[in-house]
Amino acid sequence: MSAEQRQRAIEIRGVSRIYGEGEHRVTALSGVNLAIAENEFFTLLGPSGCGKTTLLRLIAGFDFPTDGEILLHGEDIAPLPPFKRHVNTVFQSYALFPHMTVAENISFGLQMLGRPKDEIKTRLDEMLELVHMTAMRNRQVNQISGGQQQRVALARALAPKPQVLLLDEPLSALDYKLRKEMQVELKRVQAETGITFIFVTHDQEEALTMSDRIAVMSNGEVRQVGTAREIYDQPSDRFVADFIGESNFLEGEVTTVSETSARVKLSSGVEIDASLPAGKTPSGKVTVVIRPEHASVGEPGPDHLNGTLEEAAYFGTDTHFHIRLDSGDLFTVREQNVRSVRDQHRKGERIAAHLGPSAAQILKDRS
Amino acid sequence: MSGAQKAARAAESRDIRNRWLLSAPALLIVIVAAVGPLFVMLLYSFMVKGDYGDVKFGQFSLDGWSSVLFQRDIFDDTLGLADAHLAIIWRSIKLSFLTTLFTAILGFPTAYFIATRPAKTREIWVFLVTIPFWTNLLIRTFAMQQVIRNEGLLNNALVWLGIIDSPLQIMYTDTANLLGMTYVYLPLMVLPLYASIEKLDFRLVEAGYDLYANRLQVLRRIVLPLVSPGIVAGSILVFIPSLGAYVIPRVLGGGKNMMLGNLIELQFGAGRNWPLGAAISITLMALVMIALLIYVRNAARSGAGHA
Amino acid sequence: MRKNHFDLRAQPGFGLITLFTFFALYLPIAALVVYAFNASESLSVWGGFSTRWFVSAWNNDAVQDASIRSIVIALWASTLATLTATMAALATTRTRPYRGLTFKYALINQPLMVPEIVTAVALLIVFSRIKVWTGYSGLGYLVLAHTAFCIPFAYLPIRARLEGMDLTLERAAADLYATPWQTFRRVTLPLLRPGIIAGFMLSFVISLDDVVITEFVKSGGQDTLPTYMLGQLRRETTPEINAIATVFLALSVVLVMIFFFINRKRE
Repeated sequence: MSAEQRQRAIEIRGVSRIYGEGEHRVTALSGVNLAIAENEFFTLLGPSGCGKTTLLRLIAGFDFPTDGEILLHGEDIAPLPPFKRHVNTVFQSYALFPHMTVAENISFGLQMLGRPKDEIKTRLDEMLELVHMTAMRNRQVNQISGGQQQRVALARALAPKPQVLLLDEPLSALDYKLRKEMQVELKRVQAETGITFIFVTHDQEEALTMSDRIAVMSNGEVRQVGTAREIYDQPSDRFVADFIGESNFLEGEVTTVSETSARVKLSSGVEIDASLPAGKTPSGKVTVVIRPEHASVGEPGPDHLNGTLEEAAYFGTDTHFHIRLDSGDLFTVREQNVRSVRDQHRKGERIAAHLGPSAAQILKDRS
Repeated sequence: MSGAQKAARAAESRDIRNRWLLSAPALLIVIVAAVGPLFVMLLYSFMVKGDYGDVKFGQFSLDGWSSVLFQRDIFDDTLGLADAHLAIIWRSIKLSFLTTLFTAILGFPTAYFIATRPAKTREIWVFLVTIPFWTNLLIRTFAMQQVIRNEGLLNNALVWLGIIDSPLQIMYTDTANLLGMTYVYLPLMVLPLYASIEKLDFRLVEAGYDLYANRLQVLRRIVLPLVSPGIVAGSILVFIPSLGAYVIPRVLGGGKNMMLGNLIELQFGAGRNWPLGAAISITLMALVMIALLIYVRNAARSGAGHA
Repeated sequence: MRKNHFDLRAQPGFGLITLFTFFALYLPIAALVVYAFNASESLSVWGGFSTRWFVSAWNNDAVQDASIRSIVIALWASTLATLTATMAALATTRTRPYRGLTFKYALINQPLMVPEIVTAVALLIVFSRIKVWTGYSGLGYLVLAHTAFCIPFAYLPIRARLEGMDLTLERAAADLYATPWQTFRRVTLPLLRPGIIAGFMLSFVISLDDVVITEFVKSGGQDTLPTYMLGQLRRETTPEINAIATVFLALSVVLVMIFFFINRKRE
């Protein structure tokens, strides 16, 4: 086994999952490849129906791949039943056993593994301590709050010391404040236990703040894998740019290419500098993505994106300016509301979006 | 009190009066032809038995009740246990327990299997259980009789297969009673079990497998405890009619293998001891009520537990 | 396609047991029906296909009498039970709890709680005395007894239907100037119809099937089809009784199927 392989906790190789046959054929996953490193907080992010939960269920063993391999520390686990995989799941609905107490739920996995009683007891105490639930140990699980159930579900899945912990949208049932608390809590637990976490969510903010790396998925495919910063700053395609944060898309044509950037002539005739996508030298027609916060509003001019202010929406900390460009595209600019008195812009006013340095990014794929 | 309040109060009491009038016919019929007679029977159980059946009206005695469990020796007039009655009571309870057990052993896997089929085929399976359920009990008993008779299907098959040389005597034994009751009451076990397994949250089963439980452990530690209300409901639904069975032991068990139902009939027929028959009937009813009480308490507890 | 996957819902052997259960449920009934068409007099030796036993049952006066009596009693009992149960259901649903409501529930459902044999002998005691006092020994007793144990079966589906009914529909009718009676006639009753039909069919089947109570309440010469059959079972039986049972069975199955489809349509 190579050194590289040893560091990999999970490796997904060409995994597909197809349901039904003939007309009713549905492809939930197609040709997914992923490598998740030891001790990583890895997030599967995507809209509902993108296949992220299917992938999680395949790793857990609740479902089986139509094709491909799932390696846990180099060993194919796809044919194994769930109870023979050292992988545990925190379920979206928590799936706590309603006929057992908090302590019985947490001990369940160790009991099934046939561990000695005193070991189970020690581990149970550790787990209760870890999730701050020691006082609740003898409660029935339907007598505790949603946040507490969440903690019990986490402790139950961690108790058998899995090699990988799978978390299926575990925070989606919690209210906003509790969700924030649990995000911090999950990070802490991951740091303390050093277990690889695979986290499924459709909440981009959650993904960006918590993950070491993120895989953005759509239609059963992985669109991009990278750190939060890579995905936000260098989205590989329109879907990723659109799904993560807000984006303006402009069509244009590459005129000259330098080492790190290119000159792009937009349809309105204005030429701008745009950075190149990783590993690809574009030519011809391209799509340029510009984040709203990377632009500012200002006076119209020949090198700016000129247009008419359609709407200025006040959001407290910042203001969104919706500008109808002369090319017909709608362009959004987000500016922070700093304390200094600012010019008041009016609806219908001639205005321009000024681009900051390296604000524009050329997308790898035009789709 | 304001005028509006008075009017509302008057409307409400008028509504309640109307509701009593509306329900009166049904209540009256049930009182006259079901509940009332039970009280008359209670009264009869305390009377002196008539010489040719019926009772000597107005002459009270505890003989009916004491002879449920005791009998007077015909020679020295001492009081001893009524062995025959005790044997019948014991047989009724024992056979009812065994019937419940056997229907559960067959019924649980069946209900589980049906509940885990795809929605479309599930409906067909349930329908197939419902048909025998609504088929006349006498006809099903009669069908069973034809199977287990000495020249019946079962014996013919066993002889033909060479497993036995001569037919087994199944008819007119406790085995016949047991087979008959298990056959007849099986749908009563499957249907409530199915209802509760169908509601089972299979994510809990997933969680069990995820936490290293194997199939048997998932069944024992997760599925069975969670569907236990269905098991209790099915058991009660089978146990109660088994305890009061009359037709099945009469057709299959014959005179020697009586159950409580046949003992009661005997007292009102050839036994000509109506007070005793009435007392046994009330005893049977009491046994049923105890079973129901256990069920209600269990249902209340599990209901509170999952609230 | 990988085949060696793990089925989460399966349990080993359950399919086989299910198969056995259905085999055991249907084999005796199938055998009963098959021997109804036996040409010979035997219930164990197959003598070729024949419908002679159906013909002989049809021509048997006792069978004809008992069948007609069964149907007459079932029609009377289920009609009375459905009518009174509908009224009782209207009186016990869609209201705040009032004094006596629980009493009504308990009373209406009481026939379900008591073993049939107990009710049967209690009725024997009471009716035999009334028969002596009044000198009347007609079918009235049987109709009354059947109505009583049919009431809970008619009551349950009607009540369920009423409780699932949207109250705003009736408020809407009242809003559109319908009097309470018109509202009942034009809105409540039509919506209630599936429940009433279900209740009627249930009680009809229950009455038709009854053996025990009928056996103890009937006067001489008042055999219904089930008590006639019970009497015949004491003797050496011929396939004629299989033929009767087969027809009876077919009737029950048809009723259950109609009931099933009405229920399905409702959903």
